[in-house]
This record gives sequence, structure tokens and C-alpha cells, in this order.
Amino acid sequence: MVEFDAIYAIWLREAKVYIREKERVIASIVSPLLWLFVFSAGVGGTVTVGETGYQAFVFPGILAMSILFVSFFYGLYIIWDRKLDFLKEVLVAPASRSSIFLGKAFGGMTDAMVQALVLLAVGAVFIMPLGPLQVIYLIPVLLLTSFSTASMGLFMGAKMRSQEGFALVSNLVMWPMFFFSGALFPLENLPGYLKDISLIDPITYAVDAIRVVLLGSGAFPLYYDVGVLCVFAAITGGMGLLAFGDLQQAK
Amino acid sequence: MKSANQADSGEDAIKTSGLTKRFNSTVTAVDSLNLEIKKGEVFGLLGPNGAGKTTLISMLCTLLHPTSGTATVAGLDIRSEPSKVRKEIGIVFQEPSVDDLLTGRENLDLHGMLYKMKPEDRKKRIAEMLALVELTDRADDLVRTYSGGMRRRLEIARGLMHRPKILFLDEPTLGLDPASREHIWAHIKRLSEEYGTTMVLTTHYMEEADRLCSRIGIIDKGKLVVIGTAGELKEKVGQDIVRLRGEVDLGKLRKLKFVKKAKMDKEGMVDVTMTNAAKNLQTLLDACGKLTSVQVREVTLNDVFLHYTGRDIHREEEEEGEGSWADRVMQWSGQRG
Ligand SMILES: Nc1ncnc2c1ncn2[C@@H]1O[C@H](COP(=O)(O)OP(=O)(O)OP(=O)(O)O)[C@@H](O)[C@H]1O
Ligand SMILES: [Mg+2]
Repeated sequence: MVEFDAIYAIWLREAKVYIREKERVIASIVSPLLWLFVFSAGVGGTVTVGETGYQAFVFPGILAMSILFVSFFYGLYIIWDRKLDFLKEVLVAPASRSSIFLGKAFGGMTDAMVQALVLLAVGAVFIMPLGPLQVIYLIPVLLLTSFSTASMGLFMGAKMRSQEGFALVSNLVMWPMFFFSGALFPLENLPGYLKDISLIDPITYAVDAIRVVLLGSGAFPLYYDVGVLCVFAAITGGMGLLAFGDLQQAK
Repeated sequence: MKSANQADSGEDAIKTSGLTKRFNSTVTAVDSLNLEIKKGEVFGLLGPNGAGKTTLISMLCTLLHPTSGTATVAGLDIRSEPSKVRKEIGIVFQEPSVDDLLTGRENLDLHGMLYKMKPEDRKKRIAEMLALVELTDRADDLVRTYSGGMRRRLEIARGLMHRPKILFLDEPTLGLDPASREHIWAHIKRLSEEYGTTMVLTTHYMEEADRLCSRIGIIDKGKLVVIGTAGELKEKVGQDIVRLRGEVDLGKLRKLKFVKKAKMDKEGMVDVTMTNAAKNLQTLLDACGKLTSVQVREVTLNDVFLHYTGRDIHREEEEEGEGSWADRVMQWSGQRG
């Protein structure tokens, strides 16, 4: 049961709110740029990875990271909506809960994609050349990643009541997902047990897929990465749908 | 859980059976409530703070799962068919739930889209509603810049906009100025008369309940205490209240058969609730000693409310009772001033 008007209505609201909160837009663009130019340039001066150089190596990782963080933290706005009491207006409407969930997820994906596109543009100018074909391959990978992580965030937002609790748990979830994903260093260098953890981290496959598209080589073939991401999206999407189906108004 | 009474609830817009909501096992907000509200009725739900009015409405609107029992709304079971119920209802929340970062018009437009109204309908109805709540000239400002009463009015406009069959109004006119309140009242009356909309209205303004509601139910601590038309309720309490000052023997007055209740307040005034003062006043006065003041007035819904929910009922036994918190505040401020 999916209604396009309802999805559009929710998405439109999210997009408007996003644009109106300037701090949100600025913060979400500044932090990955810091990572890109301060962290990767700094570390790149002391480390060499493969033949591409560290900055090019870490660029896909930072792209994946910003998608992960923006989409996941987007779940926080559910708690915010609940606090503002706006949530119940949406919950009492005849639109199906799956439409509401999808509208919200698309809203989170929009935030993440704005940021990703800014990063890509900056990267294309300063770090590596970027062809149109690469962009065409990249966009579905980025969308898939942000849908999955936004679903995770929305699931948590639907289950939790306090913003502090959300921030705490999401830090516990996101940082390990980021560190084990091979975003900052190649997986081959890791000791065995750390590598095993990396292999069950879905973000590993997002980073790898982006790396395959941008740098032409990765740890796994592209179809494999995308396959894993699809499974990840199906699971998290399902969890989000279930959590929304059961949402109640209580603060 | 199948809605067995879909067929035989033809006349009832809402019917609850044993509806109960318990919060964290200590607070029973709604306690095995059985209530029937007929189609086309404007039903007033009165009760003190924390009586369970909002909780009841939240359950009927499918925003809260009942702990036990169930209800049908428009013949649909709230537990098994919540999404169908949502298609039939509209609600004006007690706490404003409009979005701060959208304009008034955008809030209404979002609402219209969520309720699947066609674009042309939406546009027309939005203009109509904005005019009703007198927000037309502020429609394109962010709600963040509205005053409390303006938010409230936008909230009302939104709840009424899609013309639901059954409308829940949770203290709709709270914090509105008298002119806006009159407007909303007139509109509620029109909705009821022209469209036959069933309405459930909670309020703490007795005048509002008296003017709008065809029937009134008073709930206290999650239970229905009394139900009937405003006239019936007043009659149950007694028709008139006589206020006396002077030499009065309460015991003697209470023996008179037309006296329903007699009590003395802190200042020594005696309130006698009785039937038919026009006929019985002389007998009452004869039963008193020398009086310095006599006032007669009709029972109002306010008296009914206090009678069924206040500490008044117990005060006859425990003459020096605590009184309600409001009494205590008054007393306290009296001592200071
Ligand atoms: N989410 C909740 N968690 C715990 N207790 C709650 C919750 N919501 C309501 N209650 C309790 O349930 C009882 C009924 O509350 P409710 O809001 O239904 O009262 P009300 O009749 O609407 O009061 P008011 O006139 O103040 O609006 C109160 O004791 C309240 O503390
Ligand atoms: Mg309430």
C-alpha cells in the first residue's frame, strides 16, 4: 500500500524544512570537507596507499561516511517531530504507514544526496577526474546506501523517545560501522579477526562499490557489492516499515 | 478481533466496550468505559484535568493502543481496522501540532495532500478555512512567527478542512479570544446542522458545552460518572441554588424533602441546592432563623460539574475537608493578601 501523493507530501515537507534550516545545510557540507582537506591531506602526507595516493584512496570512504552519518542522524527528526507534536498529525492521517515511512526515507536520502553531490563536485575539481559514466554508476550506489542507513536511523527514531538516547546509540552504531568499513585504510592490511568484522559490516561494501567506480579497482566485484547493499537495504527497509506500522503518539 | 457489531451499530458513530488504557500499571487513564455516541450528535466530554479525556480520544483516533476492551468508530473496530478508521475522522489536538517551519498555508496544503484532497478542492478549502479562522493575511508567514492563539486557530482550520464524518475536538477553543471563539462555535454549529458531522468535544468552558452539545458525559478518573443532555444533568443536581447568610440550621434544612444539598462555605454563606425555588422558597425561608441575605439562581453546568467531580460530594460527611487544589490556592492567596 503505497500512495504517491502522501509520499510526495511528506518528502516535500522534509525538503522545505531542510532548506529552511540553514545550519543544517551548512553543517552537513562543512564537516566532510574538513575530513577531505584536513584529515586526508594531513594523513596523506605521511602514508602512501597503492598507486593512487591517500587522498584519492580515502575520498570514497569520506563520501560513504557522509552518507552514513547524514542519513542515519536523520532518524533523529522523528523524535523531534514527536516532541513538537507534529508526528501525530501525520500518524492520524489516512495515508498508509508505509507511505509515511517512504516519504521520510526519501527526505533523508535527499539530505544525504545534496551533501554527496557537493562532495563529488569538490572532489572532481581537487582530487580526481570524474567522468559522466562514473557519476551514472555512482548515483544508484549512493542512493542504495543512503536508503539503508536512513532506514536504520528511522527505525531507531521510531523506537526511541529521547534525543540524547538516540545520539548515544547512534554513535555506538555508526562509528564502528565507519571504522570497520575500510573507509580510512585498505582491508588487506588488517589482522584476521578485524577483517572478519569488516566483512559483516555493510558499509564495507558501500565503500568498496564507490571505490570500484571511482578508482577502477576494489576488494570485491561491483555486482557483489551492490548485491550485498540490496540485501542490507531490504532488511533495514523492512525493519523501518515494521517500526512505523506500530508507531504511537506517546511522547 | 473482528468487528462483530458493524451491522448493528447503524445508529452509533462511536461505541466503546470496556475500553481501558493503563499507563505503566499504576495509572488507569481510561477505566472500562462503555459509551455510545449517536450519528450526528455533538457530544461534550467533560472532566477535570487528568480525567482521561485526551487518552480516550487518542485511542478512538487509533493513536494509542487500548490496554483492553475496544471501540468502533463509524462501525469500524479501532484495533483491527485502524487505517479504515483514520479515513473517517478528523481531530483538533489539545496541544498544537502544526509545523513551525512551514507557513500556515503549507501546513494546510500538506494536510490536504495527506487526506487525498484534489488540488482544486484543496485550494478552495484552504482559502475558506483561512477566512474562517481569520488568518488569510498571515497565511504565508512561517508558523514560528504566530502567536499562541493563531497557532490554535490554524490547528482548528486544519482539523476541519477535509470535512470528516466524525470530528474530535480536544479543547478546541483553549486560549482563543472571545471573538474567535464565537466564530468557531458558529462554525461547529453549522457543521453539525448542514453536514450532520458527529463531533466529540472536550472543554473546560461550561458555556461552550452548554451551547454546543446535544449530550454531555462527565468522566472522572477514567470512568463515566454521568451522561445526559445539559437540561437533564442540571435537573439531576437540582434546579435552583439559594444562597443564604444568617441563622441557618443545616440539619433542619436537609430534612426538607425538596432540598437536595445544603452546605456552608468558609465565609459562612450557606448554599442550598433545591428543586423548584419558585414554589418552595417560602418553606425554606420559614425553616431558617433571621437572615441577612438571600440570593436565588438557577443551577448551571458549572454546578453540575462540581457536583459530580469536585470534593463537594464528600464535604457533607467531612465538613472540614481539604477542598480541591483550587480552593486551597484561593485560601492561600487570601491569607497572603
Ligand atoms: N503517555 C503517558 N504516560 C503516562 N501517563 C499518561 C500518559 N498520558 C496520559 N497519562 C496519564 O493519564 C491520565 C489521563 O490523562 P489525559 O491526558 O487523558 O487527561 P485529560 O482528561 O485530557 O486532562 P486535561 O483536561 O488536563 O487535558 C493522567 O493521569 C495522565 O497523567
Ligand atoms: Mg486533555
